[in-house]
Amino acid sequence: MAHEAKFRVWRGDAGEGALKDYSVDVNEGEVVLDVIQRIQATQASDLAVRWNCKAGKCGSCSAEVNGRPRLMCMTRMNTFADDEVITVTPLRAFPTIRDLVTDVSFNYEKAREVTAFTPPEGLKPGEYRMQQEDVARSQEFRKCIECFLCQNTCHAIRDHEDNMTSFAGPRVLMRVAELEMHPLDVADRKHEAQEVLGLGYCNITKCCTEVCPEHIKITDNALIPLKERVVDVKYDPITWLGRKIRVRSDKD
Amino acid sequence: MSGVTTAPLDGGVSGEKRADIKARTFRTDRWWIQPAIVVAALLAFIVYSTWRAFENAYYFSEPLISPFYSPCLATSCVSGSSSWTPFGSWWVLSPALLILIFPLGFRMTCYYYRKTYYRAFWLSPPACAVSEPHKKYTGETRAPLILQNSHRYFFIAGLVFNVILTYDVLIAFRNGEGEWGHMSVGTLILAANATFLWLYSASCHTCRHVMGGRLKNFSKHPVRYKAWTYVSKLNAHHPRFAWISLVGVALTDLYVREVAIGAIPNLYFF
Repeated sequence: MAHEAKFRVWRGDAGEGALKDYSVDVNEGEVVLDVIQRIQATQASDLAVRWNCKAGKCGSCSAEVNGRPRLMCMTRMNTFADDEVITVTPLRAFPTIRDLVTDVSFNYEKAREVTAFTPPEGLKPGEYRMQQEDVARSQEFRKCIECFLCQNTCHAIRDHEDNMTSFAGPRVLMRVAELEMHPLDVADRKHEAQEVLGLGYCNITKCCTEVCPEHIKITDNALIPLKERVVDVKYDPITWLGRKIRVRSDKD
Repeated sequence: MSGVTTAPLDGGVSGEKRADIKARTFRTDRWWIQPAIVVAALLAFIVYSTWRAFENAYYFSEPLISPFYSPCLATSCVSGSSSWTPFGSWWVLSPALLILIFPLGFRMTCYYYRKTYYRAFWLSPPACAVSEPHKKYTGETRAPLILQNSHRYFFIAGLVFNVILTYDVLIAFRNGEGEWGHMSVGTLILAANATFLWLYSASCHTCRHVMGGRLKNFSKHPVRYKAWTYVSKLNAHHPRFAWISLVGVALTDLYVREVAIGAIPNLYFF
């Protein structure tokens, strides 16, 4: 059944702006992105919003709906009361370009700091051989659609902009975990994770996992295992001794 | 507390080109309930365990010993509660203080508890997308929080305690006169306590790493891969085991205390 919903949408350029009220019709089965597009079509033709697939797979329409980082296309209107005021803001951790569109280039810049996949010397593309159980673990991380909701929600970035130089955020560190667990990768990921990408800033409060629309267990399956591997090489004297006397190898 | 919370504290989401929004959060759900419950529960445990650790009495009633006082390592331990006293008679404080640092350290450095107390006590953050009240944040990059990386050593200490508490279950298959072949309600309570402590340890993230998580090639280590698979299943329930075992330890201690005082009888099945 159609009803009229009350929306408050952040409008502005380059950081400066304000919440603006809209009353807009909502039909059964619609999602927040449908309503935003209706506002754009009927009341605010200059409203900037980034979207693409409308199926939760492109990661473009990330925003904050009633304060919760969400994909607008996956946030159903029937999860709100009919008389509820729905507040939609851009991702608050990133610079705004206009209205709901933010500049997420921080994430790409940090991703470039990760050393690319490094196979053993002499092994050419086409010669890679590995077993399914060796790669199954990291296939979960390949579900990432790069919506950057985790990056936006991580308080180490969100509440402390000054950390954005030294901390790469959960999405980037999950990529490092994926490569670190790769059976053929030989690069030193552990020191890079801790010293270059700032894994130590993560205090595992699991907000990245809570907001992930792909339900990737980022903290349990990527960040904590990566932290444990870092402990192996940086903070555990017994594993250090084990490597020195060659009873332990990190290449297993 | 619902709707918009304005920023009464320092910190908050701010930045030169970020959306100029002063509200700490626009969340309309009761996001504060979970940290409030955690604070209440952990404070209750801290108060109870501190009181019991310093009470230094009513922790043993043949054949039951409280997990707060096992192993009892000083000469001052109640008669019958200890068979090995390496600390001798010079230790005059409560013998519980000698051992509680290990389970305390295990839980303090636990990845799950870190999440809960960083959120609930340090408000870092209090809830997802609710800004924290701190101006600076260095996470676990420097002292003292860099010591969280010692979790694996406390994990090993926790295993030693699990073995001792399992031994306590075995010797609880006796009656008050020390004769074997008996089982009481106390035996079941000690057994349940030890079981949940084992599950808490077995589901630990460090256990998962040790079992096989650190490997690059599971296919070369099929046994460890199997072990990692089992621990991974348990690991999904780690928070549940963390809470059940925490409450279980306190309730087990309370039961032994009440039996030792004589407030309730330790009923025997046979």
